Amino acid sequence: MKKVYLYKKFERFWHWGQSLLIFALLITGFDIHGTTHFFEYGQAVTIHNTSAWAFLVLIVFAIFWHVTTDEWKQYLPTVKNMKAQLDYYLVGIFAHAPHPVKKRTLSKLNPLQRITYFALKIVIIPTMVITGLMYMYFNYPIMEFEIESLETVAIIHTMGAYLLLTFLIIHLYLITTGHTLTSNLKAMITGWEVVDDEDVKDIVEEAVEVTGLKIRPISRTRQSHEELEELVLDALHETETKVKNKKLKGQKK
Amino acid sequence: MKCGHSTFVPGIYNSKSMKKLTLIVALFCTTHWLFANNGINKDSIRSFPMNEYVYKSGNTNNPSADHSKFAILQQPFASAHDATAACLSCHTERDKEIMATSHWHWRRSEKLEGKGVVSLGKANIINNFCIGITGSEATCTRCHIGYGWTDSSFDFTDPLNIDCLVCHDKTGTYKKKPGGAGYPAESVNLNFVSQHVGSPGRENCGVCHFLGGGGNNVKHGDLDIAMLDCSREVDVHMTTEGENMSCVDCHITEKHQIPGKVYALSSENKNRTTCEQCHTDKPHQSTILNEHGLRVACQTCHIPEYAKANGTKMIWDWSTAGRLDEHGNPMHENDADGNHNYLSIKGNFVYNDHVIPEYFWFNGIANHQLITDKITTIPVQMNTLYGSYNDKGAHQKSHAPAKIWPVKVHRGKQIYDTVNMTLIQPKLWDKESGKGAYWTDFDWNKAAELGMAACGMPYSGEYGFVETEMYWPLNHQVSPASESLKCIDCHSRPNSRLASLNDFYLPGRDFNPIVETAGVSLILVSIIGIAFHAFCRIVFGGKCKIDNP
Repeated sequence: MKKVYLYKKFERFWHWGQSLLIFALLITGFDIHGTTHFFEYGQAVTIHNTSAWAFLVLIVFAIFWHVTTDEWKQYLPTVKNMKAQLDYYLVGIFAHAPHPVKKRTLSKLNPLQRITYFALKIVIIPTMVITGLMYMYFNYPIMEFEIESLETVAIIHTMGAYLLLTFLIIHLYLITTGHTLTSNLKAMITGWEVVDDEDVKDIVEEAVEVTGLKIRPISRTRQSHEELEELVLDALHETETKVKNKKLKGQKK
Repeated sequence: MKCGHSTFVPGIYNSKSMKKLTLIVALFCTTHWLFANNGINKDSIRSFPMNEYVYKSGNTNNPSADHSKFAILQQPFASAHDATAACLSCHTERDKEIMATSHWHWRRSEKLEGKGVVSLGKANIINNFCIGITGSEATCTRCHIGYGWTDSSFDFTDPLNIDCLVCHDKTGTYKKKPGGAGYPAESVNLNFVSQHVGSPGRENCGVCHFLGGGGNNVKHGDLDIAMLDCSREVDVHMTTEGENMSCVDCHITEKHQIPGKVYALSSENKNRTTCEQCHTDKPHQSTILNEHGLRVACQTCHIPEYAKANGTKMIWDWSTAGRLDEHGNPMHENDADGNHNYLSIKGNFVYNDHVIPEYFWFNGIANHQLITDKITTIPVQMNTLYGSYNDKGAHQKSHAPAKIWPVKVHRGKQIYDTVNMTLIQPKLWDKESGKGAYWTDFDWNKAAELGMAACGMPYSGEYGFVETEMYWPLNHQVSPASESLKCIDCHSRPNSRLASLNDFYLPGRDFNPIVETAGVSLILVSIIGIAFHAFCRIVFGGKCKIDNP
């Protein structure tokens, strides 16, 4: 068993900021909806609107981060292993079966996570943002651009809230299905994920591959590709030597 | 080197430390001045743009003449008309102003939807209190700013018929005679009163506007004799503990035209007195509260209840009138608070105090059930208030958006013609019995016949009693800010004050039952599913247990 640094600083900041804001939005949102009474109504509105703006700022930063780091590709849905993952949750988990989808630097999410988070990012959150802004700005039908009634907007916003709450409940439970009850939680706090030994090799390989992919000959000829292969092999060899002589950066002597 | 006050010891300071000290003192003074100045600036920014109000109302407190020094006011007056003549001998053009007001004519031209422009006012309107003045003028016109309006022959063009003193008396001794068609009581010393005149105070306005409808606070519910001297809780503007504002401080009068109108009589959205004229349309620091003002009248939140000092009449049932005591004399019965709940001449009443208003969409336009109108709905709406959520003003039928208003609804049951299906104006009052007035003879048929004849209206001879509703948008008895409505008073599922306004989505009150059921089910199903899943994990050896280090 090894620990691998999987979740970057911003990623974790974004995750926990988002969770805090969604929590605040849910509580005050249901206050405003008349379901709960945690806060005085006016207070609930103030907190809800402030959190909403903070969330929007966070979303802007998150989009920037996802685009510039290519992390957005992690959320592209796939059907590969979808059934295996479902089987694991419904059957395998009770029989100590291994996780069917391994976590990789370039593929942290299992197919169920991919489809769920993708839906969250593409459907639910944008819907909440759009209806939320309409709620804020066009709720009094007197402006030049006006909505006929708040009803549709409010009902869609409420539907989104119920879906988000459902997601939150299931998400919180699935945290406990990692290597240990708390390993997933720890990983999202520290960034370090517990990984089986045989997976570590894959992850290192993947890292070398990624680096290799980021080196490209000036002209695409067969020869230069061979040169590149040589380069990678050389580098690997050098690294091996370094490891053996304990000269790797940060390596204990 | 240290700096600050501790380094300053007399005798050992040099020019350098002196410079420093001067700097510190100067800096302190500057900051102090800046802060102090800032305070003033801030206050002036937050205060209301009241220039106009201060300018106009300020004038009223500084009379430019001492009327007791005028010889013309010291001569004995043979009649009230002579007093008026004396006033007009100096104030030569004021009679023209007076005779252009609705206080004088008790009517003005009003545009009614579906009825065109009509001449409408106290002179000819039907309400569900004392119904109307026709046939009973001499008693009703005790509240007219004139002398001698006993019937339709009254001369509205004679300036000497104007009663200047009822509004301008500052002695508190001027009183009009009951049933005297507006003439003063014999006890009034016209010389004394005319020598002590001034801008109308709340006593002058109140004598009619507090006491209209036959008693204190009967009609409006928010205009009460208690407002002559009341606490902040009753009226935050007029309170003698604070602002001590008089009626004309808001009803800013020019050329005797007093703005502000009551929708018991008016129908158009013009010439109104508003909160905004002092407080602006953005009086709150919170944008959300200011936005509420787009569709919610200030009064809705700031008049959480009315009739705060004394009860107001809520129900008037004329159909029970006419019950006499064992000697055949008219009688009265009182409720626990000492208000009449039965009068032989008027029927049954219900008074109430600390009343929670009813709420209506209102765009400033009203309609009226005229005596010529057929009864089409029951209860009859005496003065329909127009407006709905979808009435956004501008390009809709009104130019101002409908807002939610607090309204006193006065419910009545009054005489109508069962054949012609119109309301009936009965003759109620006469000086002496035997002339067919209901209050002396208790004969509805005769009273209806005479009253309708005086109106020039047909009467079939068949009468009944019909339920009516009259709407009084509330404006006065504004509460201190701390007493105003809280969000939850409307934005709540049970007991929302706006429960009856169902043509729009109100957050906190409204929801879609299908979405709620589906949402709650979804959450329950996930929780149950999770519980079951967790249970299985534990029972079947629990992967978690094995892997737990």
